Amino acid sequence: MNKILEVRNVKKFFGTKQVLDDINFTLDAGECLGIVGLSGYGKSTLAKIIARLIPCDDGKIFLCGEDITDATGNAFYKNMQMIFQTPEDSFNPRRTLGASIAEPIKNFIGGDNLRERVENLLSEVGLPKNYAERYPREVSGGECQRAAIARAISVEPKLLICDEATSALDVTIQAQVVALIKKLCTEKNIACLFITHDLALLPRLADRVIVLHEGKIVEEGTPEKIIHDAQSEFTKKLMATNFFAGEVL
Amino acid sequence: MFEKILTVENVSVAYRQKIIVHDINFSVKRGEILVIAGESGSGKSTILKAIGGLLGKGGVIIDGQIFFDGQEITVLSAGQRRKISGEAIGMIFQNAGASFCPIRTIGEQIFESVRAHRDWDKKFFRERAEEIMQKINLDPATLDEYPFKLSGGMAQRAGILAATILEPKLLLADEPTSALDAVTQVSVVKELLKLRERQGISIVMVTHHMGVAWRMADKILIMRQGLPVEFGTCEQIFNEPQEIYTQELIRAVPHF
Repeated sequence: MNKILEVRNVKKFFGTKQVLDDINFTLDAGECLGIVGLSGYGKSTLAKIIARLIPCDDGKIFLCGEDITDATGNAFYKNMQMIFQTPEDSFNPRRTLGASIAEPIKNFIGGDNLRERVENLLSEVGLPKNYAERYPREVSGGECQRAAIARAISVEPKLLICDEATSALDVTIQAQVVALIKKLCTEKNIACLFITHDLALLPRLADRVIVLHEGKIVEEGTPEKIIHDAQSEFTKKLMATNFFAGEVL
Repeated sequence: MFEKILTVENVSVAYRQKIIVHDINFSVKRGEILVIAGESGSGKSTILKAIGGLLGKGGVIIDGQIFFDGQEITVLSAGQRRKISGEAIGMIFQNAGASFCPIRTIGEQIFESVRAHRDWDKKFFRERAEEIMQKINLDPATLDEYPFKLSGGMAQRAGILAATILEPKLLLADEPTSALDAVTQVSVVKELLKLRERQGISIVMVTHHMGVAWRMADKILIMRQGLPVEFGTCEQIFNEPQEIYTQELIRAVPHF
């Protein structure tokens, strides 16, 4: 077993309000963990704490066995990459997609043939090679998210954090991007933390699911267990949001 | 009872000489819910704006006619139009919070829009509003709140209140549940269904969420890139979709 991420007793307060209460979980290489919950219950806060974008108030984060809770600098981004809900906002609008994708390669790996490597990454995510010349505003939302995935996998990370990465996409595009993330993580043995409010996405994607409610983990298990044998009241309520199931309304 | 409230005949819409929506036909009966479903750029919101008279400066209905309650509304002047909008046709949008003025209370704003059509005094308005608020699970104290203090679900309910307090015959709803989280989405769908039951209101709703369409629609119009792809009852569209695109769209919906 190869433990990539360990989150230990993490707590976070905004003012006096506790938004995360004693969060514990681990993630193995190549495993996909789904984190599901409603707006305002700490999903993105947790992602930001793991990605070191904001500090936590208590607890520890270990990435590949190393304590990164108080790490400074950005060396750990070699092992950990993120994609977000609105990919347009995560690219510099004044640089081509190719230049943005090349940036982390330059910073963390180095070497020659940058252009060829960027083009290979674009083909891996299903984009034409000449998209390297395009600017973020010149591609659709789905294409931009594919470019963001190309940039994230360019450094061959051990962990990919996806924060509502498909929520802003059209439903047919969403299905394609979910399949792409699944395929790449499996092929490259990347651990994936997939944060979403849409429980229905997870059976296609996740090996394990954590349900987060009011800052606490209220349930954990395989997608099948969560869906067919939910224990907590909140998970049952979340299940009742499936518009295609029997007696919801 | 089943008279037609809205008829859209051969309507095409253009923005700056470019045709955005081609040859749309459908009709909506009293108490019926029609869902226009499709992905980004399919022209679904444009159809709704054409019905609501909200196409804005660059948008023109270049062909076809729209009849509301027996009257052709595509030929009305702005003044005549305003008499219908808000009173006989109510509208709600994706982000109801943003369609309220941020520096005035919810109650003041809804009262103002009511006064444009009815001679109600404040006391009568409050009684009417509170009656509806009770039915849509919105605390009457919300009337005295400012929009930014409301959660997404509360703002959407306030939007429903504003759109329905004058008991319009037709409600135009543009992605009314799309910015809400899963649990809140379900409760707004419930409120809209109850509203139809209570007021016999007809609803034309635009959504990209096929689950919401499945739950709410009597009839569904599937749009793609400005063209109507398929039109049928909810059962036809979901159980026997004829077009490949409709099948793809339904297959892509995540479900368990």
